[in-house]
Amino acid sequence: MILTIASRELKTLFLSPLAWSILAVLQLILAYLFLTQVETFSSFQAQLANIDNAPGMTEVIVLPLFSNASIILLLVTPLLTMRLVCEERRNKTLALLLSAPLSSMEIITGKFLGILGLLIIIVSLTSLMPLSLLIGGELDLGKFACNIFALLLLVSAFTSLGLYMSCIASHPTIAAICSFGLLLLLWVLDWTAGLKGQGSELFHYLSMLKHFQSIQSGLLNTVDISYFLLFISTFLILSIRRLENDRIQK
Amino acid sequence: MSNLLIEAKNLSRYYADHCAVNDLSFTLAKGEVLGFLGPNGAGKTTTMQMLCGNLAPSAGEIHINGFDLLDQPKQAKQCLGYLPDTPPLYKELTVNEFLNYCAQLHRLSFKQIKPAVEMAKSRCGLNQVANRLINNLSKGYQQRVGIAQAILHNPDIIILDEPTVGLDPIQIKEIRALIKELGHEHGIILSTHILSEVQESCSHVQIINQGQLVLKETISRLNQRMNTGIIKVTTRSAINLACFSDITSISRIESIAETHYLFHHDNKQNPIELIAEIIVNSGNGLMELSPVKQSMEDMFINLTSKIEEQEMV
Repeated sequence: MILTIASRELKTLFLSPLAWSILAVLQLILAYLFLTQVETFSSFQAQLANIDNAPGMTEVIVLPLFSNASIILLLVTPLLTMRLVCEERRNKTLALLLSAPLSSMEIITGKFLGILGLLIIIVSLTSLMPLSLLIGGELDLGKFACNIFALLLLVSAFTSLGLYMSCIASHPTIAAICSFGLLLLLWVLDWTAGLKGQGSELFHYLSMLKHFQSIQSGLLNTVDISYFLLFISTFLILSIRRLENDRIQK
Repeated sequence: MSNLLIEAKNLSRYYADHCAVNDLSFTLAKGEVLGFLGPNGAGKTTTMQMLCGNLAPSAGEIHINGFDLLDQPKQAKQCLGYLPDTPPLYKELTVNEFLNYCAQLHRLSFKQIKPAVEMAKSRCGLNQVANRLINNLSKGYQQRVGIAQAILHNPDIIILDEPTVGLDPIQIKEIRALIKELGHEHGIILSTHILSEVQESCSHVQIINQGQLVLKETISRLNQRMNTGIIKVTTRSAINLACFSDITSISRIESIAETHYLFHHDNKQNPIELIAEIIVNSGNGLMELSPVKQSMEDMFINLTSKIEEQEMV
């Protein structure tokens, strides 16, 4: 049942030019950034060879690529999630789901997985580029896998927040702006901490960037993984509650 | 549980302070087509939304096929087909895709889906447009897709909110025939403010106004009830209305203009002969004497305005 809703969401995305154009634009930008990194690496390669413990191909190419991808996806995800519930409510199609034998949990999870499907496609297309390096070099595959995992956790978190915003906003644009603003805030939260040299523990914990970078560096930490899992489940539960509330108040 | 499909008890619904539905109770049995009548804002749509679980009632309870809508929503909704006032259509899908999706949502098994979709399409006359995008269909066809979606999983109860809005006369006729046909095996509730529609396709009628039940009758009883007749009388000069006070079957005389009158009477004894006699004998010159068939509209206005009068008092 969840998968039925998820596959329809995904299919609808590909029926409009939205998914195709996002895929195309992202791939273009990331490919350009990837090539610049490869160029940088090849120009410094000789010097790097002389240093002990020098950063390898994975550090110089994969890490920046995934960092850039994370920031671009921060911009893109709100655009994908903004219509999820909001548009259905505006077009009055929500009644179809509400009067079908479905629980709110199934509706929300289905929509979440639908968008996540597209994001997984984006992430896998991004990972294909570093994989092509295997033809002529060697990658730290463990670190590479950690990068993919980190990015997947990150986009799931983006999606869950975007979904919640779509549940509470009355207009898709408002949902997009709100989720973008909140995500950006969570992203930069850690920057202020360093200003006076006494970073707030709370801000440090809340910052998404810190947790993302931590996993990206190859350090699989329970704190970071549970941060993301908690984040995702919190916003999913909030969305379910919000959808239930639709029946009660209005 | 006998064959009661819907049992609604003391339903109330408030929007903030505004009371949209007030203490409404009714039942629906198998084979009944219940027409919901009411002026705009009477609470028809709110009631239907509550029946379909789209809206939680502020008070009262709803049993669908014996399942409580709040405690066992999935089982209850399984027996429901609902067409809201705006058909809930994903316009970027084709008719086939949309109906397949709806069938899946209603948990039809893989094998059941195809025959169910075919059945719904042929019943609603959608075979010709099956592969077109819903967005490109006319409003009438979109409405039909909405109806197809509601009857797709062969539910025991079909709830249609103004199903014939936006259809042309031929389509209306077809839909009415379809409703009648479906009414044999299912319980149907349909809301409308077109009274002739109720007369044509419903077996029971329920009139609500300002959230309260004004009347629940079978159609035949309603037709009987409506037969309190009116006689239109035109004379050359004004008549003395006191002359008619002896005729007991006349309930009320209304004078519309100086020489135009409406005689309201009981149908059991038609006083038309007596009236003619009195007028002719009085020498006022009888110009016209004709019975007026009271339509459901009059009856409707009568019933709804009565309540308003009561409230004014």
